[in-house]
Amino acid sequence: MPRGELVGGIVISEQRTSEQSLEAQVWAWLEEVADPEIPVLSVVDLGIVRDFRLLLNGIEVDVSPTYSGCPATEVIEQDIVTALESKGLAPVTIKRLLSPPWTTDWISDQGRRKLHAYGIAPPGQGVSKRELMGGTHSIACPQCHSLQTTCVSEFGSTACKAAYKCDDCLEPFEYFKCL
Amino acid sequence: MATQMNIEQARLTYALRLGDNALVLGQRLIELVTHQPELEEELANANISLDYIGQARMYYSCAGELEGKGRTEDDFALLRDSGEYQNLLLLELPNGHFGDTIVRQVLFDSFYILQLEALLGCDDAGLAEIAARAIKEVRYHLRHVSLWLIRLGDGTQESHARVSQSLLDLWRYTGEMFSGDAVDDCLRDACNGPDLARIQVEWRSNVNAVLAEATLAMPEDEWMIGGGRQGVHTEHMGFLLAEMQHVQRACPGASW
Repeated sequence: MPRGELVGGIVISEQRTSEQSLEAQVWAWLEEVADPEIPVLSVVDLGIVRDFRLLLNGIEVDVSPTYSGCPATEVIEQDIVTALESKGLAPVTIKRLLSPPWTTDWISDQGRRKLHAYGIAPPGQGVSKRELMGGTHSIACPQCHSLQTTCVSEFGSTACKAAYKCDDCLEPFEYFKCL
Repeated sequence: MATQMNIEQARLTYALRLGDNALVLGQRLIELVTHQPELEEELANANISLDYIGQARMYYSCAGELEGKGRTEDDFALLRDSGEYQNLLLLELPNGHFGDTIVRQVLFDSFYILQLEALLGCDDAGLAEIAARAIKEVRYHLRHVSLWLIRLGDGTQESHARVSQSLLDLWRYTGEMFSGDAVDDCLRDACNGPDLARIQVEWRSNVNAVLAEATLAMPEDEWMIGGGRQGVHTEHMGFLLAEMQHVQRACPGASW
């Protein structure tokens, strides 16, 4: 969408309206880009797409990587490029933002609900620091909602998860760690 | 050393040293994949080593930008010889037994986390950004390996004896973390970077607390081995690099 010269009041408002709708459309397209490790979550749910700018030619997308060693980082970036290019927004440039660092607090409420429904206990909100410093809070079993759960392993199948088991229904489950 | 150091040069060297520490430790831990004593530790170790390698990539990218000669993270990792690596000797030592690996990591992570905390507030925006990312991961790592050390130290007679010996064996490599040179002085004075003397005091107190809980005694300081940060390495370093770099050396420019 060209952000061209603003030559008059009417043009400005018309342009703004169409830009706003295009921006909403771009967010909707980004909602369709799934995290390769946890496919129920989109990159928007995860909170790793921070912003984007529509340029005269193409689009620039700000992406915050999650863990330093997350092997999905490059795949996610490529998926975003592919998705937006297929919608005619080429060239798509990814700007990797290290600061401020991504935190699980940025996972949307919708994302948390999706994680829960998928069987992964979502991370606590705003408890990151305490948890990292050694404090813990009860993690609810995503199957039976019991708070009687035990951490089996601090590290799980991906960098972002820990392995838990429910002491009531005995089901194993994964917990999305606070970061 | 009283020589005035070029700030840009100091920042570049500092970024490379951080990258070298992270990569060499990450490479050592990756050697342990499929060799861990239990499945949970397998997951932990693989995740921890990936974090270090990811951090190394960020430090090397930062170094490449500072250097401005177009070198990439791969160039730094795969095309430098041991004399150009400036990691701590502690990190290149062979893994030894499980207790050795855990003790090494408690000693290093206890230092690294303080170094990262100091970098958060430094004037080098590139390093401060990476530190903000890395510090959260290293907190998890340190907690994990500290719990293991407590379990081993306060465990059976055999586990206690073995980690006590690991501690004695590795202690002489800890002095290198605090023996700053012109690069450290420059970063501290010109960029508000880490103050190694202050870090050392805090490190001793933090390590002492974990050791006390693990019913282990802090060893007496003895003669300390150094040289890694100046590119003078143990005989183990060449083997480590040979394994890590052999594909790029055999097939230069290979990619997949």
